[in-house]
Amino acid sequence: MPLVAGRILHSSGGDENVVEVQHVTKRYGSLTAVDDISFTVERGEILGFLGPNGAGKTTTMRILTGYLPATEGQAQVAGFDVFDQPLEAKRRTGYLPETPPLYPEMTIEEYLRFVARINGVPSSERRRQISTAMERTNIADMADRFCGKLSKGYRQRVGLAQALLHNPDVLILDEPTAGLDPRQIIETRKLIAELAGDHTIILSTHILPEVSQTCQRVVIINRGRVVAVDSPDNLTARLQGSQTLYVLLDSAGTDPAPALRALPGVTGISKVDEQGRAIGYEVDAGRGEDVRRALSGAIVNAGWGLLELRARQMSLEDIFLELTTEESDAAHDLGPDEAATDAEAIDG
Amino acid sequence: MGNVLAIAHKELRGYFVSPIAYVVLAFFSLLFGYFFVANINVMVQVSSSQFGMGGPQVVNINEFMIRGLFGNTAVILLFVLPTVTMRAYAEEKRSGTMELLLTAPLSDLQIILGKFLGAMALYGLMLALTLVHMGVLFWYADPEWGSVVTGYLGLFLMGGAFISVGLAISSMTKNQVVAAMATFAVLLLFWIIDWIGDTAGTTTQAVLAYLSLLMHFDDFAKGVIDTKHVAYYASVITFGLFLTAKSMDTERWNG
Repeated sequence: MPLVAGRILHSSGGDENVVEVQHVTKRYGSLTAVDDISFTVERGEILGFLGPNGAGKTTTMRILTGYLPATEGQAQVAGFDVFDQPLEAKRRTGYLPETPPLYPEMTIEEYLRFVARINGVPSSERRRQISTAMERTNIADMADRFCGKLSKGYRQRVGLAQALLHNPDVLILDEPTAGLDPRQIIETRKLIAELAGDHTIILSTHILPEVSQTCQRVVIINRGRVVAVDSPDNLTARLQGSQTLYVLLDSAGTDPAPALRALPGVTGISKVDEQGRAIGYEVDAGRGEDVRRALSGAIVNAGWGLLELRARQMSLEDIFLELTTEESDAAHDLGPDEAATDAEAIDG
Repeated sequence: MGNVLAIAHKELRGYFVSPIAYVVLAFFSLLFGYFFVANINVMVQVSSSQFGMGGPQVVNINEFMIRGLFGNTAVILLFVLPTVTMRAYAEEKRSGTMELLLTAPLSDLQIILGKFLGAMALYGLMLALTLVHMGVLFWYADPEWGSVVTGYLGLFLMGGAFISVGLAISSMTKNQVVAAMATFAVLLLFWIIDWIGDTAGTTTQAVLAYLSLLMHFDDFAKGVIDTKHVAYYASVITFGLFLTAKSMDTERWNG
């Protein structure tokens, strides 16, 4: 996992935050699209922005790119405030909006030349930068095709080439794989992983497996608020099937923890509270395991009193549910497991 | 400046890759040619009506031909220029490319001036085509060139005012047809705004006459450069571009 290694290297060597978002709020009249969001992104990191449609992902990205001003709060890119020093911040940002912003009447090369000009790429370097961007996105052989006649997959690639053309510090990609077929999705994810070395990347998606395959850190956002920030592995463990149970029992003086931890499916146990003689434990169960039957059986067999047994509610579950239901609609041709095996096959 | 030129170049290219430039240039030339012939007929008639005192008389070609032609050209522009500016912003907003421009390191002013310059370049080309007709006049007759030059200057300034208003209106909508119609309506209104002045008080009349886009053009066609008129068109252009800037800013805050 070279990506993770890179991140650890950076976080240990003086964490340099390339993107800083502090208490950003965006209101449209009475509607609050983004509500007090804060997060940071370190250099070289790939940050995933995960949330259902309408959660505020695009709005947050638009604020970061200087397209929209925030109602409150501050955002910095590469040390420049996006509102106070917009030109400096924009120079260091590459942005791929949800629909690639192409001019249909231009050829790919003409389009990239225009983008290079307005992004201040010096004329001596333009040719080289353009061909590099075209090679990276694999569109070099299409240079003379008109943007208006491209397929969805190629439009997306040209959009990506446009975003990385001026070699920005930060790449902001809004749903870079939306609407692509499975093969294109895998190619795009690979490309993003390749780019991560030189650029800091923020990408948004409403597809959970995408995050776990491409990102080192995930910000889950729902109804304009940050719900969780964590690594995909931890999140997946927390979200997918793993279960935390709360058990209140009276073990008459003996410590029940060793006996319960030995049960199949139980991955951890910790004491959380004490109510008189009764002690409350949190029991973590592995993915997809239902340990309630075994747990209650063991407690009763040991002669202890089982006073309470319930699943601990996690607010993330609701969001996960929303995310997964959308996943099945949006990517019906590419289920999460299928995507995972495909990606592994390509990687291997 | 480099950024302004980049946008202007892109705009001009856009006109020529879509059929707009060709349609505009073709119909403008056609109408201009028609008015050219019509005005020559007028001049010939005036000349012939002097008959009886020793054959057709020499009439002033500037007064009886060129001045009328400039007036007619102004009317053609009223119809044609709204179609030049209609797509400037409306199309970029509809297709999402506005997001590209607004997230690039460009100031709003650079975008606005670039679009203005691009449209002005196409307009300059339209006027350049009419030089062919003028060349014919100079070949066969002997017009006074001073008033021809001022006439072109007037047309250029007035066209600039039309384009500036058109840009402002285009920046307020995503729909090209709406932009064109609204621009045409606003221009026409300011064209004839002094008509209702006749029944109003003298002050109102003076104000309305001053606002009229057409009234300020007359002196240019006559061969007079009055700073008052130059200032008027310059103000309209500035105001139009200012409105465009405000509209872009409003759009930004309202999303």
